[in-house]
Order: sequence, then structure tokens, then C-alpha cells
Amino acid sequence: MFYRENGQFKTNYKADQQIFAITQDRWAVLALIAFAFIGVPMMVDEYLFRAILIPFLILALAAVGLNILVGYCGQLSLGSGAFMAIGAYGAYNFIMRIEGMPLILALLLGGVCATIAGIVFGIPSLRVRGLYLAVATLAAQFFWDWAFLRIGWFTIYTPSGSVAVSNLQVFGWTINSPVEKYWFCLGFLTVFALLAKNLVRSAIGRNWMAIRDMDVAAAVIGIQPLYAKLSAFAVSSFIIGVAGGLWGFVHLGGWEPAAFDIQRSFQLLFMVIIGGMGSIMGSMFGAAFIVALPIFLNQALPLLVAGWASLSLRRALRTLNS
Amino acid sequence: MAKREIGDVILDVENISLRFGGVNALSDISFDVREHEVRAIIGPNGAGKSSMLNCINGVYQPQEGQISFRGNTFKHMNSRQVAEMGIARTFQNLALFKGMSVIDNIMTGRNLRIKSNIFLQALRIGPAEREESEHREYVEQIIDFLEIQAHRKTPVGQLPYGLQKRVDLGRALAMEPQVLLLDEPMAGMNMEEKQDMSRFILDVNEEFGSTIVLIEHDMGVVMDISDRVVVLDYGKKIGDGTPEEVRANEDVISAYLGTSH
Amino acid sequence: MAFFLETLLGGLMAGMLYSLVALGFVLIFKASGVFNFAQGAMVLFAALAMARFSEWLPQWLGFDNLLLANVLAFLIAGILMFGIAWLVERLVLRHLVNQDGATLLMATLGITYFIDGLGQSLFGSDIYQINIGMPKEPVFLLDSVFEGGLMVNLEDVYAAIIAASLVILLTIFFNKTITGRALRAVADDHQAAQSVGIPLNHIWVVVWCVAGLVALVAGMIWGSKMGVQFSLSTVALRALPVIILGGLTSVPGAIIGGLIIGVGEKLSEVFLGGYVGGGIEIWFAYMLALVVLMFRPQGLFGEKIIDRV
Repeated sequence: MFYRENGQFKTNYKADQQIFAITQDRWAVLALIAFAFIGVPMMVDEYLFRAILIPFLILALAAVGLNILVGYCGQLSLGSGAFMAIGAYGAYNFIMRIEGMPLILALLLGGVCATIAGIVFGIPSLRVRGLYLAVATLAAQFFWDWAFLRIGWFTIYTPSGSVAVSNLQVFGWTINSPVEKYWFCLGFLTVFALLAKNLVRSAIGRNWMAIRDMDVAAAVIGIQPLYAKLSAFAVSSFIIGVAGGLWGFVHLGGWEPAAFDIQRSFQLLFMVIIGGMGSIMGSMFGAAFIVALPIFLNQALPLLVAGWASLSLRRALRTLNS
Repeated sequence: MAKREIGDVILDVENISLRFGGVNALSDISFDVREHEVRAIIGPNGAGKSSMLNCINGVYQPQEGQISFRGNTFKHMNSRQVAEMGIARTFQNLALFKGMSVIDNIMTGRNLRIKSNIFLQALRIGPAEREESEHREYVEQIIDFLEIQAHRKTPVGQLPYGLQKRVDLGRALAMEPQVLLLDEPMAGMNMEEKQDMSRFILDVNEEFGSTIVLIEHDMGVVMDISDRVVVLDYGKKIGDGTPEEVRANEDVISAYLGTSH
Repeated sequence: MAFFLETLLGGLMAGMLYSLVALGFVLIFKASGVFNFAQGAMVLFAALAMARFSEWLPQWLGFDNLLLANVLAFLIAGILMFGIAWLVERLVLRHLVNQDGATLLMATLGITYFIDGLGQSLFGSDIYQINIGMPKEPVFLLDSVFEGGLMVNLEDVYAAIIAASLVILLTIFFNKTITGRALRAVADDHQAAQSVGIPLNHIWVVVWCVAGLVALVAGMIWGSKMGVQFSLSTVALRALPVIILGGLTSVPGAIIGGLIIGVGEKLSEVFLGGYVGGGIEIWFAYMLALVVLMFRPQGLFGEKIIDRV
């Protein structure tokens, strides 16, 4: 990352290819994960969970998904809000319509719904590129904005698509308090980040990056643009859909289509670009930045400005008096 | 070093014509390539040499003519089909994947041989992990062969031009090609680099047994390493034969005889 | 039949306005390769400036003439737009030369938020009026052919004429003047243009000024028609399918695309909307553009993207 390794020699390819090849990196990340699971809950109050940590975890997950499509495969998409919506409403339908549907399964099935939609709305990427594709993906965004508002079947006929869920349970354990919600989301993020990292460092990930860097050359090597692009849309939409489900179920508790509008799409894209395109860790940094910055500005900026103002005033008075 | 015996015709280009709007890039081109030989395509700039390779590769679709590979005839080549048949190529302008390291670039060449599906790759267990290491081993052999070990983790965009050319070659080699199409592999190189690259090409021909089709401007290189030569000018074929025959050909001399660099 | 024709005409008029906004996008993209998401915010800002200044100037300077107020307000709004153009070039674009499309898109998105906020703090967030003397009553044409005549909004007709004249002026500017040629050179390749001595920074300021002017005219017309309110900035999102339909680099594409989208929206809303619950205008436009893109990936008039290997 920010440093080069020296003196750590690997004796087999498996060791060289692992995710954190440098021993210090591995220990650091394991410590960070342990701290996230155990340390943070001991130090943090309820407001911080609700306002910062839980939104951060869920949006980081969505950003990881979007990074796979935009950063690794190079397909610019402005429709990610719609896929979050599909994941959320999909999970809602599964939970409401099927008696005894477990929560995690419902969320994953919501992801599957998003996957199918992702593949369908990803078909234009086979013909259209760059900014044209970005605008084409807005078709998905606006279509689903409208669909969840007007098509009653999708929202089990609740008025204007406003739905609510309650009593989240996993294997009998109720997810109620902020800490429990935090752990639930953290679990999803950790697992999905690992799967995503595995994908991007294996053959499919290389194929995605090849399509991004030069798709004509990729075709000549035998990489099929169709499979590569649609698989990127599929995987990306799945992750974004699951994140959407988490956003609606765990963070909001109840939502309407506007929760997943074009502003959400922009927000996710900002996270990916600021955090780093083509980097799983980067997605998380980007999410942290976008989530924390407004709160930081609201709370810290007046203090900072006041502090700077008083310092300047004191200095001015001193020079006047001398 | 023992040179392999030149076999039968493996690639046959018949009456290919390629037009872009009003421009005739290729007019009625026919020639053949024998197994294990080194076949050079030469000609002035704009003669249509790269376009010819692009037709063989399926990047361009010719309006007329057909191409036969090992007896199978195609009117239009499809890039993926061509890759599966064992035809690989390098590019004049280095179509490398700038965002990836040397190893990853060469590994993309192994793509057709990687069998594990997306779910196994996500979980990275069993067959997926094993395959990855197996192919990594093959790629390391290529890296050894091309003497670029020190740069294996560097993003290719940061390498000097000569090394990028080698990575391009390595990526093509990773496909274990029966026919290797090289588009000006020595462009922009100095004398020493050209000698290295010539040695690599000959080694590929002798050790891996690949048939080589080579576009090149440097006449010295062409005369030295090729078995037969095709000469193109303004999209038409003006010469075909051994280097000596072509060198003595009146048309070739009047149209173009480049200088040794 | 009469109703169909009325809807068609209404669609054409609305389309003309879309074309005008789309034109701003195309100009900036043609000249600098930047996809200016902030165009919609610029339309709103310009409209706000004109609306408020036409209200304030008579108060501050103590005169009563509406025409004078409007002309002065137009001039001041124009100067403000030029100011924004200069600031954008100075503070944002100069630092982002040759960055890739996504980064530039995000930068203009940021500019959008900024201009939105700036407009609100400077001019307020109520609904304001622009009164440039456009006729508000509809007129009935062809009442010999159709019973009662076709209802046509004269305001729309005037708007279309203004828009069309602006387009003609701009086309002449691009194709016949030296600056226009320089703009096209910069659109092709920033670095090549620089190396033949074209001053990149000046050109970009010129382009954004022209786009600002286009935004002002568009804002004036829209504002006169529906009042100046926040929803005006979403007009940018309505203009996007126009651009991709017409091609990102084509001025005639923006116009024809606008007309097609305008008609398509109106017809779909009136004739299809009833069956599916209404409100389909916005995504219908995008779907229409998308379908065309599948057959012509560069839009109707855009430049074909050729890859050379």
C-alpha cells in the first residue's frame, strides 16, 4: 500500500498470491477486524452507531459492489440506486409473501432479484460505451423510481411504495439494539469484501480489468466481452442489492422509493471515485469519507472557524497593543 | 540449435479484399503459411500489413475472400474462435492492459485454459486455488524465458517500451499458440534490443514449435530470420518467396527496399 | 386527430426547449471533452438572476419601464454567467486537464451542487416570475380544417423561434469564425491544440461563457413559461436523453434529438400514460434514447468511435 516490502520471501505461488502477502499487513488487518467486532462496541455510543457506523458499513458494501462494475470493469453506471431499491423491495416481498422466510435468505434473494435486473439493464453495455453508457444506465434508475411508486404489485399494494419492516430475527436472535445491527452489517461487509477480493484477483477479475483497459485486445486473447461485462453487472448488482436490503431493513426500518433515488447513485459513485477505482479497500475509504464529512463539517467546522477567528483576533490585538 | 522441419500449409489466405469506405486497404491478397516456418510480411507504411493480421485475427471482417486454418475455411473470423484455434498475436501499438502488473497481463493469456467458474473463484477453494497456482507456474516459465523476472509485479504502464514489448510477446505466448502473429515486434528498439527480440522469436519458433507470421520494417532482421517473405504495397501483393528471391524482385526494389538500421 | 396534432405540436415546442439545454451540453463537450452536468444548475442560476434583478433594479434605481428592467437584468445575468464560467475554468478545469471521463463528470456534479447552493443563498428559494412580455393566451389555428381549430401556445412558438435563431447563430460561430475552429480543435485533442499555440484556458472560458449564454436564454424562456423554481435544475436530467440520442458531439443532433424526445414524451404520456398509472414521461425519454443507442451506439449524429489496434 504505502510502503514496499523487503526481506519477506515466499516459497510457493499460493503464498505469493494471497490477499495480504506481507506479514505485517495480515496482522494489521486481522487486528483491525478484531477491533471492529470487539473494540468498537465498547467505545462507541448509540448515536455514533446510528448516524455514522451503520450507514458507513452498508454504503461501503454498496461501494464495493459499484467499484467492481465501474472501477474494475470500467463500465460507468449511474443507476446503482435502482439496484439498491430492487434489493430492498425484493427482500421485502420475499419476507412478506412467504411465511417463515429467514432474514438472511430474504436479503440474499433480494440480491438475486437485483442481479437479474442488473444483467438485463447491463445489456446496453455490449453496444454502448463511456458517457453514453452512463446516461443509458439512468434509464434503469428512472424506470425503477417510477415502478416502485406506481406498480402496486412490487410493494404489495402499499400506497406510494412506502413500506416498513420490523422484528428482524436471525436464528432466533432478535436484531434490535444498535450494537446488534452493527454486528449484522459488519458481518455482511466482511464476508462480501472477502468474496469480492477473491474475485478480483482471480481470472474473472483479470478479465474485467482487461475489458476496462482495452476491450479489443481482450477479445483477441479470447476473453468474451459479453460474459465479462454481464458478469460484472451481475456480481455488482448482487452486492448492491444486498446492501439495499440492509439499508432498508436495518438502517431505515421503513422506506419509500425516494430513499434510493438518483442522489444515492451519485453518492455511491462519489465514494468509488474518491476512494479509488479498482480498489476494494478504497471503496471503504471512500464510503467513510462521504459519510463522515458532512457530520464533521457540521460539528467541527464552526469550532475550527471560531478557533481560527479567535487566534487571529488575539494576534491582531497583540500587535495593536505593542 | 535444431530447427524444426517446415511442414505443410497451416494457414491459407485466399483473395482477401478489405475496404473502409472508399479506401482499399487490401485488394485480392493470397498467400499461405507453412507449419513451423517464419513468414515475414513487409512493405511500406500503409501497405495494409496490420490490416492483414487484423483480418486473420477477426478484428476486421474482409468484404471478400476467405481464410483457412488447418483445413477449416472461414469467411469471417471471430476473435474468440481464432484464439481458441491457437492463433495469438502481438500489437504494433502494444495493446497491453496498463492497469495491471506484468504477471496479471501474461496471466490473461491463460484465460482460455482456466476452467473454474465464478463461484469457485469467489470462494477460492480447492480447484480454483490449484488452477491459479498451476497457471502461475506456466507464466513464470514464460517470464524466465523473456528475462523479465525483476519486473513481474510492476504495472506495465510504468515499464520502458522495450520491456512492454516483451510483455506483449509473453501474453501471446501464454496462449500456447500454434501460430503467432507479430506486428512490428522490433519497432522503436535499438540494435541490442533487436538482437534480444530476434533471439526470443527464434527460440519460440524452435522450442515451442510455433509458426511465426511477422511484420517487420528492418530488412536486416527480415533477411536473417525469415524462411519466406510476402511483400505488400498499397494493399496489393507484389512479391512472394524466399528472402533472396524477394530481394532480387524488380517490383519490390522499385516500390520499396528499406534500409538496414 | 386534432388532439393528436395538438399533442404533436406541443411536443415539438417542448422539444425545442430541451434542444436549447442540450445545446449547452454539446457545446462544452465539443470544445473541451467535459460532460457538464452543471448545465441544469446553470440554467436555474441564470433564470434566478434574471428574475430577481428584473425585480430589484427598478426598486434600486427607481424606474418603471419593464423592458428596460428586463434588458438590464439580462445583461447583468449574462455577466454573472461569464463570471461563473471564468471561475469554473480557473478553479476546477485547469487542474483536471486530461483526466478520465468519470472524474470530470464528478467534478461537474460537484459544481452543480455548488451553483445550486450559491443560487439559493444569493437569490432565495421561492418561486419567482420572469415577465418578458410573452403572450399567455393560446391561439387557435387552422379552424377551417379542424373544428374549433388547433390549440397552439403562442408563447411556445416564440420560444421556438428564439431557440432556433440562437442555434443558427451558434452554428455560424462554430463553423465560420476562427474562434469556432479553435474550439473544434480543442475538442479533438487538448494537447495537440496546445502545441499549435491555441490558448487552452482562453478557449475554455469562451466555451463556458457561450454555454452560460445558452443557459441564460433557456432559463429565460423556461422561467417565463413555468416560473423560476428549483425543479428547473432537474431540466438537465430531462435533456440528457436528448444528448445521447442526438450524439454527444453534434449540434444538429441536439436539435433533432430534442424534437424527437419532446414529441415522444408528450405522445407517450397522453396516449400510454393512462394505462400504466401516469408519470412515465421521464423514463420513456431515456428508454427511447436507449433503444436508438442499441442500433447506433454513437447516437444519431455522433461521431463513430473507432478503435485502432
